[in-house]
Amino acid sequence: MKALLIARRELAGYLHTLSGYIILASILALNGLFFNAFALGKAMERSSTVLSHFFYYSSGFTIVASVFISMRLLAEERQAGTLSLLYSSPVKDWDIVLGKYLAGLAFLALYLVCTLYMPLLIMVHGKVSAGHIFAGYLGLLLLGSASLAVGTFGSSLARNQTMAAFLTAVMLVALILCWLLARIAGQPLADVFSALSLWNQHFPTFQSGQVRVRDVTYYLLLTYVALFGATRVLEARRWR
Amino acid sequence: MIQVEGLTKYYGEHAAIRDVSFTIGKGEVIGFLGLNGAGKTTTLKILGCVLLPTSGRVVIDGHDAVRAPHEVRKRIGFLPDTPPLYDEMTVGAYLAYVAQLRGVSARDVRARVAEAEEQTALREMDGTLISMLSHGYRQRVGVAQALVHKPAFLILDEPTSGLDPAQIRGMRELIRTLKGSHTVLVSSHILPEISETCDRLLVISGGQLVAQGTEEALARELGGGTIEVEVRGDRARALEVLAEFGPASVVQEEGGVLALRVEASPDLRPRVARALMVAGLELLRLERGSQRLESIFLNLTRSGGVVPKAVAS
Repeated sequence: MKALLIARRELAGYLHTLSGYIILASILALNGLFFNAFALGKAMERSSTVLSHFFYYSSGFTIVASVFISMRLLAEERQAGTLSLLYSSPVKDWDIVLGKYLAGLAFLALYLVCTLYMPLLIMVHGKVSAGHIFAGYLGLLLLGSASLAVGTFGSSLARNQTMAAFLTAVMLVALILCWLLARIAGQPLADVFSALSLWNQHFPTFQSGQVRVRDVTYYLLLTYVALFGATRVLEARRWR
Repeated sequence: MIQVEGLTKYYGEHAAIRDVSFTIGKGEVIGFLGLNGAGKTTTLKILGCVLLPTSGRVVIDGHDAVRAPHEVRKRIGFLPDTPPLYDEMTVGAYLAYVAQLRGVSARDVRARVAEAEEQTALREMDGTLISMLSHGYRQRVGVAQALVHKPAFLILDEPTSGLDPAQIRGMRELIRTLKGSHTVLVSSHILPEISETCDRLLVISGGQLVAQGTEEALARELGGGTIEVEVRGDRARALEVLAEFGPASVVQEEGGVLALRVEASPDLRPRVARALMVAGLELLRLERGSQRLESIFLNLTRSGGVVPKAVAS
């Protein structure tokens, strides 16, 4: 499958350049700092509450990581002129987008694996269920997947990486703030905004160790829609 | 093998190319000439399946580039005006990636990469990072990626751009070696770079194809071309003889040897030789003028908008 070939090259690109490690190291450092200061900082709390705090902060860092990981995906190809290599090869536009996204997801998964030491510390010193950790990480991966897909879409629209990061951040903030719109809008719009909310409506359940089908569906659907959008942008660019 | 019919591309209100039509036979090496901004890159991007035309058709080996783009893409190798290179990869890894992307089976990849490196004299650069390569080498990697999957049709957009004279000669040699095994369309805005290598020329100006044909046919049709001679003898007599064929002038006079140029078709060379000898002049040298192709080109593209009729090849 050509998407996997593209993903492999893209992932190697992250691992062979300094920028990938800089993104990884800085977000890991900040996440660790927040974990130490806020999740562990409060004296005498139940382990599950500490874990829940960890997932709360990590969700924010996952979204930020997604913005930085995704910004180069398609914008850099366009900037460097390598998009014409993909365009002139017998590869479907969907495969280009999927390959890029999968590479980003693999790199994000690497980041998440690197954060595992924090819940393991809680597990060693306190009492939390493996199920809670699993649910939290599933949530982080799904949230990251959706954010990365939105980032891939942003990257397909932009001429350069900075613009891609900016567009993605704007779209993600808009999705996060949907819950505010839900509060002020009347029905049935309130329900729509509420359902669209990237974090408020869908992540807290994972954070507390539960997995709900509607939340999983939301993140998967958002991933698909954003990747579909990116594919259409690539197709449209051939018409320019 | 390659048919282009009524190709038109608009960017917003602006037509980059209008109603461009031509055909290219199997194994031909075609030069695509035009000044910067004439529409060369747009045409080549459409043939390379990077852009879709506003109207018109491109058919390669019976496959329509819009309806069956994958079939067409399997058959082409495209070098855009900027070589599409990933700086963080080594030459070998990059070519292997491109080969797989273009459908070469995993088993054959290594052999194909070695072959492409051999053809483009990149063998010793296999393990070098692309970011470390000089401009000339980057251009060669660009050509290598276009031919690594052995496409039937090679599209090279300004492959000699930015190269020094020795590298240009190398690139010309390379294109010559591709003749026969590939059909090649190579663009340039510098005439001598492709005049020697190509079987036929397509000339584009202001987004329209203004002429196509062999160099000789274009020269005949447009009256372009000069003959250069060197004779020993009377100056006035020499000018008088040459004036019968076209406007003649003395280029240099040294030690009794006259270098003259006459604006006439190079096809007339035997008659010019005979006339000079009959007139009692000693003929030391006679050849087609080196300015020839430039004059054709300038005639075609001058005063933008004057569109001579196409010349049959």
